[in-house]
This record gives sequence, C-alpha cells and structure tokens, in this order.
Amino acid sequence: MEHAIEMLNITKEFPGIKANDNVSLRVRKGEIHALLGENGAGKTTLMSILFGLYRADEGEIRLNGERVHIRNPNDANDYGIGMVHQHFKLVNRFTVAENIVLGAEDTRRGFLVYDKAIARIKELSEKYKLNIDPYARVRDISVGHQQRVEILKMLYRDAEILILDEPTASLTPQEIDELMGILQTLSDEGKSVVFITHKLEEIRRVADRVTILRDGEQVGTVEVAETSNEELAKMMVGREVVFRIDKTHAVGDQPVLEAENLRVYSHTFRKDVVRDVSFDVRAGEILVIAGIEGNGQSELIYGLVGLNPLTHGRIRLNGEDITNSSIRERSLHGISHIPEDRQRHGLILDFPLEYNMILQSYFQPPFQHRGFLQFDQIRNHTQRLIENFDVRSSSGPTSLARSLSGGNQQKAILAREIDRNNNLLIAVQPTRGLDVGAIESIHKHLIAERDDNKAVLIVSYDLNEVFTLADRILVIYEGQNVGILDPRETTESELGLYMSGSKRADAA
Amino acid sequence: MKLGKLLDKVLLAISRRPNSIDVISSFTAVIFGLLFGFIVMLIINPGAAPQGLATIIFGPFQRGMRGIGDTIFYAVPIIFTGLSVAFAFRTGLFNIGAAGQMFIGSFVAVYIGINWGFLGPFHWPVAVLGAMLAGGVWGAIPGLLKAFRNVHEVVSSIMLNYVAVHLVSILIRSQIYDSARGRAYSVESTSHMPTWFLSDIFPRSSINIGFFLAILAVIIVHIVLNRTAFGYELKSVGFNRDAARYAGMNEKRNIILSFTIAGLLSGIAGALVYLRPGISMATAEVPPEAGFTGIAIALLGLSAPVGVLVAGLFYGLIDRGGYFAQSLFREEIVSIIIAVIIYFSALSLFTKHLIAKFIRRRVKRDVELQESKGEIK
Repeated sequence: MEHAIEMLNITKEFPGIKANDNVSLRVRKGEIHALLGENGAGKTTLMSILFGLYRADEGEIRLNGERVHIRNPNDANDYGIGMVHQHFKLVNRFTVAENIVLGAEDTRRGFLVYDKAIARIKELSEKYKLNIDPYARVRDISVGHQQRVEILKMLYRDAEILILDEPTASLTPQEIDELMGILQTLSDEGKSVVFITHKLEEIRRVADRVTILRDGEQVGTVEVAETSNEELAKMMVGREVVFRIDKTHAVGDQPVLEAENLRVYSHTFRKDVVRDVSFDVRAGEILVIAGIEGNGQSELIYGLVGLNPLTHGRIRLNGEDITNSSIRERSLHGISHIPEDRQRHGLILDFPLEYNMILQSYFQPPFQHRGFLQFDQIRNHTQRLIENFDVRSSSGPTSLARSLSGGNQQKAILAREIDRNNNLLIAVQPTRGLDVGAIESIHKHLIAERDDNKAVLIVSYDLNEVFTLADRILVIYEGQNVGILDPRETTESELGLYMSGSKRADAA
Repeated sequence: MKLGKLLDKVLLAISRRPNSIDVISSFTAVIFGLLFGFIVMLIINPGAAPQGLATIIFGPFQRGMRGIGDTIFYAVPIIFTGLSVAFAFRTGLFNIGAAGQMFIGSFVAVYIGINWGFLGPFHWPVAVLGAMLAGGVWGAIPGLLKAFRNVHEVVSSIMLNYVAVHLVSILIRSQIYDSARGRAYSVESTSHMPTWFLSDIFPRSSINIGFFLAILAVIIVHIVLNRTAFGYELKSVGFNRDAARYAGMNEKRNIILSFTIAGLLSGIAGALVYLRPGISMATAEVPPEAGFTGIAIALLGLSAPVGVLVAGLFYGLIDRGGYFAQSLFREEIVSIIIAVIIYFSALSLFTKHLIAKFIRRRVKRDVELQESKGEIK
C-alpha cells in the first residue's frame, strides 16, 4: 500500500535537547494516524517539521513516494498539508468566511468578492457534516465550532493531509464526540489525518494506527485494534501505569468551607452566571464540582477566592465570615488555589521558577527580612519543592517558568499550593492537557491532601477524573446546583443526565 | 584561523553570562548610532565629517577637566529622567510623562529657591525635596487614572506634559515673574547645589553634587528593584497583572506607587536644572527635551539602573561634543546629528536580539564540529 506521508529518520535538535531522534512516521492514504506521547516527547516538533515550521537536521520527507522539501508553511500548503494548531489562529472579529479565505482571497477589479467562496464553504460544510455558518463571527461561536472553521480552512485549500495538534484539549465531551465523527468522515473521503494526543480513549475510538514517541525517540508504530490501553500507556510512559488509583471512600466531618446562596456576575455575559449555589466542603473529603464547561464553574471559583465579587451570598471558612475579605486575607486564612489557567493566573512566566514559588508568601518570613528578599531561603525552599514533587526543568530553581513543559508548570503550582499552610485546597481542572503519568501523580497528591484531613474542592469536566477523585459530587447546570450525588450510587450516564440539565435532584 | 578560534572562545564565554550580552549590545548600538550620525555629517559636509565625529566623541576630553565636569553635569538630569522611565518600564508601565513631572519639579524648586531664603543651609535640600514631591504628585495622576479608570498611561502621561507646561507658565507669571527680564527671578545662592571638592577637581565647570545624588539614586533603584519584597511585588504586577492579583497583590496600589516613584525621580531632574548660578526659569511652550531623551536613555541602558547611568554619561558626552562641533556645523544640524546618534543608540534591544542569534549559531556550530570530530576518532 502506498504511503501518503513518509517521514524517514528525522532528527531535530534544539540547544540542549534532541526533540526528535531518528524518528520515522509512515501514514497510509485515508488513514487516521495518532501520534502519542507524553508532554515534551517531540510530537509537536515532528508535525511542525512536516508543516514546514521547522526544518529537520537529518532525514527526509516523502509524499506519495516522492521526496519533497518543505521549507515553510506555504510549501506545505502547496503539497496539500494543513495543520490545526492547539491554539487556533483565527481573527475573532472576522466572520467565518473571512477567516477561511484569509490569504487566498478572491478579488474582482481589486475588490474582495465572497460569493464563490461562500458557496464553496457551504458545499464543504455539507459534505463533511461540519454545520458551519459562513456569516457568523468567530467570536460568537463555540470553541468546538472554531475548531471546525480551522478544519474547513484546510479543506478549502484542498488539503489531503490534515494535522491536528491536541484537537480535544479544549472541547467538551459532546464536542469531542462530534469531532471524532468529523475525523471519520474525512478519512472516509480519502483524506489522511494525523492527530497528536495523549488520551488513549480517543485513539481507541477513531485511530487506525498509532505511533508512540518517548523523549524524542520512536518507541513503535502499532495497529490500534491489536493493542490494549495498558500496553499503549506503558509504551508512552516507559513503565506500568495505574489507571484508577485505589482510593477509599471518605466521609468528611467538620465543614471547612460553607457557601450560602452565592451569585456571581460575569462581565462577559453581562448577567449572573452563578445563581444561588449553596454547598459545603468538609475536612477530609474531596468534593468535585461536575458539569459541562461554561456552566458557571470558573466564576463560582473566582467568587470563592475573591477574584470576582459576589452579587449575593455568604462564604464562611472555618466558621469565619470571609464574604468581604480580600484575596490575600483569604489566602492567609488557608485557601490554596490551583487556578484553571496556569499561565494567566498561576505563574509569572518571565520569572524564574524560584520567584514563582513565593508568589503568595514573598512578604512573610523566612523569605523576607526587613523588607529584603532572602535569596538563600527562597532557593532552598524551591529546591525542596522540586525534589518532593519531581518538577523537572533545564536548570532547577533559576529556569524561567516559561521554559517548563505544561505538566511541570502544573506540578510547580501544585507544589506551591500544597506546601502553603492551608486547610482548603481548590483545584480547577488540575490535570487538563496532561499525560497519564502526570495525571497519576497529581491525583495521588490531591488524595494525600484529603487523607491529611484537608478539605479539597475540585472542578473537573472529565468524567473519569470525577469518579476517580470524588467523595461527593456537586453537579452544576446553568449556574445552579442541580444535585449532590454519591459517586458509589451513581453511574456516568446518570451523571450525564444531571450535567445536561435533563434531571435534577429535588433536594437541591 | 587563530583569530576565529579566539572569537569563538570569547563568544562562548559571553553566552554563559547573560549580563555581558546586555553590555555588548548596548555598545554595539552606540556604534551604530555614531555610524549613522557620521553618515548624516557626510551628506551635509563631507570634508568636515571626520573632524566633526572626532569632536563629538573626544571634544569634551580635549577641554581637560572642565570638559569632563560639564559632560557629567549635563548627564545628571538625563540620568534621573532615564531612571524614571526605566523604573516604570520594569514594572510594566510606560512613563512618557517624565518631561511634565520634571517641569513641575523645576517650578517648585525655583519657587522655593526664590522665596525661602530663610532656610539657610537647608535651602537647597528643601528645594530638591520639594521638587521631588511635586514630581511624585504629578506622576501619581496617570497612575491613579490607570488604576481606577483604566486610562492608558501613555495617553494620559503625554497629555499631562502639556498640562504641566502651561500650568507652570501661568504659575511663573503670577508668582515669581520678573517683568523687567521677561522671566522668573534668579534663585538665591543658598539654594544653589553645592559643589564641594568637585569645583577643585573640575575647575570652572558647572558640575555639582547632583552627580552624587544620581549615583545614590541608581544604587537605591537597583536595590529596590532587585533585592526587596516591594520590588518583587512591583515586578510581578509588571510582568503579569492577573497572576499578581491571583496571588493577592494589590495591583492598583502598585501601579500608583510605581508611577509616583517614577515622578519623584523626574522631579529631582527638574530641580537640578535650575538650582545653580547663571540660569533662570522661563515660560515655555513645549515640554523639556530631557524628559523625552530619558526614554531613549532608558532603552539604551536596557532599563537597568547601572545601564541608565552609563547611557546618561554617554549622552552628556555627545551633547557637549555637539556643542563644540558647532564650529564645524550649524547649530540645527548638530541637533539633528545628536538626535540621530541618540535615537539609533536606543535600538540596543534590537542589537541584543541580533547578537544573541549570532552567538547561538556560532556556538552551536562549534558543538557540532566537536561532535563530528569525536565521531571520527
């Protein structure tokens, strides 16, 4: 069988690391091929070489058996290769059609014309069941639809080879289902699809074959049907991985956080997106807030930690009213917060790691003395956290936070927040975008916190994670508490009904 | 061949010390600036160009200690405005209002210098302090506007420059106007900056202890930014406002404080211009140039306090050299040449980028070369 893509013996080196070391990837025509590996295994680098963003130091690329030189993305485009990046490259203020033709506009006497383009977009949208309105503005459509615009952009340019970099990272479970369907249609129409992922479930659902990378080296290429998830995970991480952490069920006693009738206003939506939510989190338990992304979970947490003001309601921490306390007062009272957006809130990317480890405690002894920072103490503190939490970086405490991989950035934040003297740990999507190895380690740390009699509050959109961690589940739908469930007495499908609003508990 | 090896060794050493890249890129930028200045001179008067360039660079030295003293004297206000801009920049803010802060400072210093002679030996320190506070208050305004009304500081601080100029003109006319001379009265001699032993080292030069104040300010700003918890907080807000808020820092307070401190520094610059013999303040239509030169100096010094000190001294040198070069070129032409040199020098961020790239390529090639040799063995 002829291969649509052959990347042979590719080696690519960056200062200090070999991102790809003698890697070969062969993709058949019409195949869905997954590229699996941990964060930093070299998946994105390999695909960037195929798309012409980087040039390989060694090795060659063949398309349909012919050797080609791809010097830049325009070359890639000419060879029919398209790529959807993890962060979409769309102009928010433009319409879908304007975004799609960008760079390949039709003109008549120097003026832009859209009629042909729009007809074509509609035709493609129908053929691949994308359901895209060419007149909609990108800022008004959901993330899932924005991704389809990116896919349509490639199809509009007659791409035969489609590369998707972690396409499911920011999608809801429903959107993921739809995307999987679209990928299937694409492959049925003879397009070759390469998608980068570290989620085994997705590979099992759509991929024909999978190539596994670890530390820049190729571990192997296997038929998905002939392998198990356990085997894939082992190839990816290099050791046995525990999928479900054995965890005893815990019943909390003393309420640590008590929230009463919280309402939180969102400036984006110009309305209260959290409406009269009440709950408590008790010492020694993990309460997981489940729900479909965008039902007010982020705002609820911002309200709890003080980043967003409450329009109504009362919050008590250890019996003390903190409704009107500042962010700092809450943090000193014992709230630790692993934020949803680790790069926006969690870290100062241009600071070295050690400065990031004292973000909330820089003014307290032993890090500060008579107004001066105590650099030795800060260094020792960071060194200790790096060792305890296995945070990997190029040059230890002095590495810039920006230079760490996503998983290690998250571990650094986790280390900082757990190490602070807290009694309530809030974590929003603590494992988003991480690989199984890192997920396992973070879950273990969170459970250890619970066993240390801390109250743990987690927001998760991932049903697996909900069931792995929760002692109680609070379901949020359209900003309201629609039920508090016991994970031992409920199933994924029942939880799904609550999450989609088709069922609610009367008690709530 | 040997030279190439030596170069590689030097480059490797440089690449291991990031600070040295900063120093080298600033100097490269200066050379670019001088080169462009030279081209301008070649275009205008090819015959006089070489001598012109030599005069601009070495002119002050040829006048002995007096020339050097004056170079330092003219550098001092620029060092202060440069520090003001650099400080704000390190905390993520653009202070384009140094000129206005400086002018307000000048007025208060001159007002005290004329009217408060009863202070005796405390006259000049009080005048400097007054100017400093006035500059700080004026600087706080764009900070307050940004913190509470989200007004972009570039817009507000530029406009406040003109408000300051006209406000001061009104105040000069109504408070301290000498109608016989059409400008403000001269300040009392007790308010002149002392010269201490400097007048012995640099005879007949205008230099005074303002230079020591500048060095003190450089040291203090360096320590505050790099060693204190306060500086840590300011930089956090500068790099990532959202993360600073998440961490419980009061980003509004920090923005206001940062702009106030920038204003204090500019205010001192304003005092030093007028607290000396032989000058009196006049009404003005445009903000003082030193406020804007401070931006270029902050860029040339890569926003590091010590960098600003060196860059400011370089400005003093070129400025004085240009004064001497007026025997070769017309005054306006010299102004253009000086401007070209200074503004091209401010491209040091760009040269830093170029140099870093060059070093990376060179060092990488070396490593590869060594590796391939190792394989042959």
